[in-house]
Amino acid sequence: MKKSVYAVSAFALCVAGAVHAEPQAEVLHYWTSGGEAKSVAVLQEEFAANGGTWTDMPVAGGGGDAAGTALRARVLSGNAPTAAQIKGPAIQEWYEEGVLADISAVAEENGWADVLPASIASHMQCEGTWCAAPVNVHRVDWIWANADVLAANDITMPTTWEEFNAAAEKLQAAGIIPLAHGGQAWQDATVFEAVALGLLGPDGFRKAFVELDQDALTSDEMIAVFDQMRVLRGYVDPNFPGRDWNLATAMVMNGEAAFQVMGDWAKGEFLAAGKTPGEDFLCASTPGEGFLYNVDSFAMFDVDGDDKKAGQALLAELIVGTKFQEVFNLNKGSIPARVDVALDAFDSCAVLSAEDMNASSEGGSLLPSYAHGMALRGAQSGAITDVVTSHFNSDMSSEEAVQQLASAVLNSL
Amino acid sequence: MTDTAIAYSPARSQGQIMKLVLRWLLYVLLITFALFYLAPLFVMLTTSLKTLEEIRTGDLISLPREVTFDAWRTAWSGACTGIQCEGVRPFFWNSVLIAFPAVILSTLIGAMNGYVVAQWQFKGANIFFALLLFGCFIPFQVVLLPMARMLGLMGIAGTIPGLIFVHVVYGLGFTTLFFRNYYVSIPSELVKAAKVDGAGFFRIFWSIFLPLSLPIIVVTVIWQFTQIWNDFLFGVSFSQAGTQPVTVALNNIVNSTTGVKEYNVDMAAAIIAALPTLIVYVIAGKYFVRGLTAGSVKG
Amino acid sequence: MQFLERNLPKIMLAPSFVAILIFVYGFIAWTGWVSLTRSRLMPRYEIDGLIQYQRLFDSLRWDTAFGNLFLFGALFIGISMILGLVLAIFLDQNIRAEGAIRTIYLYPMALSMIVTGTAWKWILNPGLGLEAMVRSWGYEDFTFDWLVNSDMAIYTIVIAAIWQSSGFVMALFLAGLRSVDGEIIKAAQIDGIPTWRVYSAIIIPSMAPIFLSAFIVLAHLAIKSFDLVIALTGGGPGFATDLPATYMFSMAFSRGDIGQAASSAMVMMGVVFAIVVPYLYSELRAKND
Repeated sequence: MKKSVYAVSAFALCVAGAVHAEPQAEVLHYWTSGGEAKSVAVLQEEFAANGGTWTDMPVAGGGGDAAGTALRARVLSGNAPTAAQIKGPAIQEWYEEGVLADISAVAEENGWADVLPASIASHMQCEGTWCAAPVNVHRVDWIWANADVLAANDITMPTTWEEFNAAAEKLQAAGIIPLAHGGQAWQDATVFEAVALGLLGPDGFRKAFVELDQDALTSDEMIAVFDQMRVLRGYVDPNFPGRDWNLATAMVMNGEAAFQVMGDWAKGEFLAAGKTPGEDFLCASTPGEGFLYNVDSFAMFDVDGDDKKAGQALLAELIVGTKFQEVFNLNKGSIPARVDVALDAFDSCAVLSAEDMNASSEGGSLLPSYAHGMALRGAQSGAITDVVTSHFNSDMSSEEAVQQLASAVLNSL
Repeated sequence: MTDTAIAYSPARSQGQIMKLVLRWLLYVLLITFALFYLAPLFVMLTTSLKTLEEIRTGDLISLPREVTFDAWRTAWSGACTGIQCEGVRPFFWNSVLIAFPAVILSTLIGAMNGYVVAQWQFKGANIFFALLLFGCFIPFQVVLLPMARMLGLMGIAGTIPGLIFVHVVYGLGFTTLFFRNYYVSIPSELVKAAKVDGAGFFRIFWSIFLPLSLPIIVVTVIWQFTQIWNDFLFGVSFSQAGTQPVTVALNNIVNSTTGVKEYNVDMAAAIIAALPTLIVYVIAGKYFVRGLTAGSVKG
Repeated sequence: MQFLERNLPKIMLAPSFVAILIFVYGFIAWTGWVSLTRSRLMPRYEIDGLIQYQRLFDSLRWDTAFGNLFLFGALFIGISMILGLVLAIFLDQNIRAEGAIRTIYLYPMALSMIVTGTAWKWILNPGLGLEAMVRSWGYEDFTFDWLVNSDMAIYTIVIAAIWQSSGFVMALFLAGLRSVDGEIIKAAQIDGIPTWRVYSAIIIPSMAPIFLSAFIVLAHLAIKSFDLVIALTGGGPGFATDLPATYMFSMAFSRGDIGQAASSAMVMMGVVFAIVVPYLYSELRAKND
């Protein structure tokens, strides 16, 4: 039964004469391992169950660098994939190159505008048309902690950065590494934006990292953010550079370290090791208001062939469908992008995340993560990250960092 | 070998003891360096034989407490490289289909180019050779985008012939260099004599030069095979679903973005992916040095 | 027919010549063009002056990357040559199991750095690798933390690069040693000239062409070093171990700043040109004599 519904909607999108086109899709994505691959497999199964043929084109690496390379080469050679995993402002940039397909028909038919939070929906639209389908919402501003370590040292989850610093001093005195951290540029940026959100507040964050307001970038508050980064540097063990984030998570798990600031994919690592949220490990939003999201999405490319167009329509519909949103996000550790999915099967951290998302969406503090390419074009966010990571890994003063930040942003065009 | 025999004779002079000490020192040094070269391989091997729990609990460079080959099995035929969870096995064949023709073609063309540049000097031949050599230095990141466009225009984007083409084009510099330096040391009287006997351009190449070329062919084939088999940048940029080489699969296994990392499988997959080149080096290593000796570097 | 016969050599070279013109020089020209535009995600072709070069020279990260190229290149090429030569001389002393040792020295060239990077990362990491191991033997003061030290991390890249390539250089030199006329050496030994003098005065000078071949192979590897940095440090700590190749890649493909990437590529090509052309000139002139 269901099959025919999808077939009809796919049909609606196709030009006349395409009645018998079987949905086809070559999908370029960078989810290639473990839980992520299983999550995509869910989509592929659903796609196949609806009569589609899925051709997998996985390219992993460095948050999609290699995938980005492959995508550019494919588009330039006139051999674009049917759908590709792209996120944030890159969607609009690809649209400006004139290579994305319009999926408004599917979006309107399925009422995406009603089920997606407004700020997330805006990422999926290009000049009034729908051009991408959101898969999930990762919250970036999480702080994870080892429950036993906190209990043993009589510490509760911090709600301000001062509290965090006080707790860290206590832990350090007890011989525990306060903050597990991996010194890779994107991880430095992840911590940085969590601190910035806490100290600047949602409005200040938006001014600085969405609007790139020069005054906000050079404000005293921004100096305070870098000061806090310098303080945090003292809470990290000396061997942090280059460490993978999951090894940092392992340090929290085995009690070597107490806290880690990392997006909710870290939860998957705890769960894979058989830990229970609330008992073995604790999750909370980082000190301060607001919610930083990192939304994965798929954009459809302008391709020839009715079978491929039918595939795009089907794919878009399935991605935003409730069933996939639930199953996928259970696997991935994130939460559904649509707000009407029942959360009964999700763990306490995910439920907290969903509640916070809805609350902050209404309060206007649902903000894009700059560190994960949601807020700015790559050149701009990259320029900021260069300064953040070079400050964190040297003895640069906060004042100098702020100066460099402002000029790097100007220089990034 | 005679050294040691002398050293153990009853009448040891001071000089002989000195010699013995030096000899021992030499071996100690050679073995120390061997350990340095082997260390990463040791880490990879031991890690691939451990269970994930053992890796998680700490010591990354130590012998495994219990040896298991599960990771190897997973890497070969079970690890996820996307939706497919069939390990690196399916991608192996793609690499073979790319590497073999590309190595053969680039070697043959290189031999022909080297033959012409070294033995059939004409005006401009050296300029051609200089242009070719400078081409060896072009960073491959530079050519990715224009090459993608060209492959699209030629209608071979995303295909195995397309990848072969790219590897042949960018392999020409080194293959020509190798053969040219080798053929330059062959006396030009040989060609003259053959011409007098009525042999033509191809006949001289085929019956005189090629039979002399075994050592340098070995060198070139090893070099090209290593380069092409290990290539990731071209493989990832100019492939599509179904034509991805093994390095891309390896990268898909190793570089999870936000997934759980299985280091034992990563290492096993890495060793498996490198096996063909390793085997080539072990088997042909002897001929490699011999081939270089035979003249390629004498110039 | 006569014409064909006479021009056969040229005809045989023609396809390669055309291919090189298009796929090397055409693409360099293309890059030069793009470096004058404001290309972002995809190449565009409206010329907009030297803005990308201005941005490049204003970028602190590029300064680091560019400086690293020379530091890394000089150390890598220099040490690989010396180590390769020393190992070759050692191996030339009638060593038992020479074949096995040679293979051990040579095998790293067969592995791609995507693979060995992780292993090196662990070995060099103070908490996991060498430092932890030596400390566990009781030498508590032993420190080897270059990997995590911004000022020293570039040297770990040098170590791994030498590990990968010095065996190959060793093979080149070994081949050279073996092709030196044995009679000369014997004669020198009969005259009572010490071994080290034989090497330094007779053998090594006769291997000049090999030094040049080794140099060109190593220089080409140094300029293209990319996988190594990505796998070992990812350019970190901070961007202390960035090289021009990684800078260019990250601009072009993770930041959607293709104009900037093109300008860095052009500067890099300029450096290559300055180093390689003198080599080619001397090499080709010598051969023509």
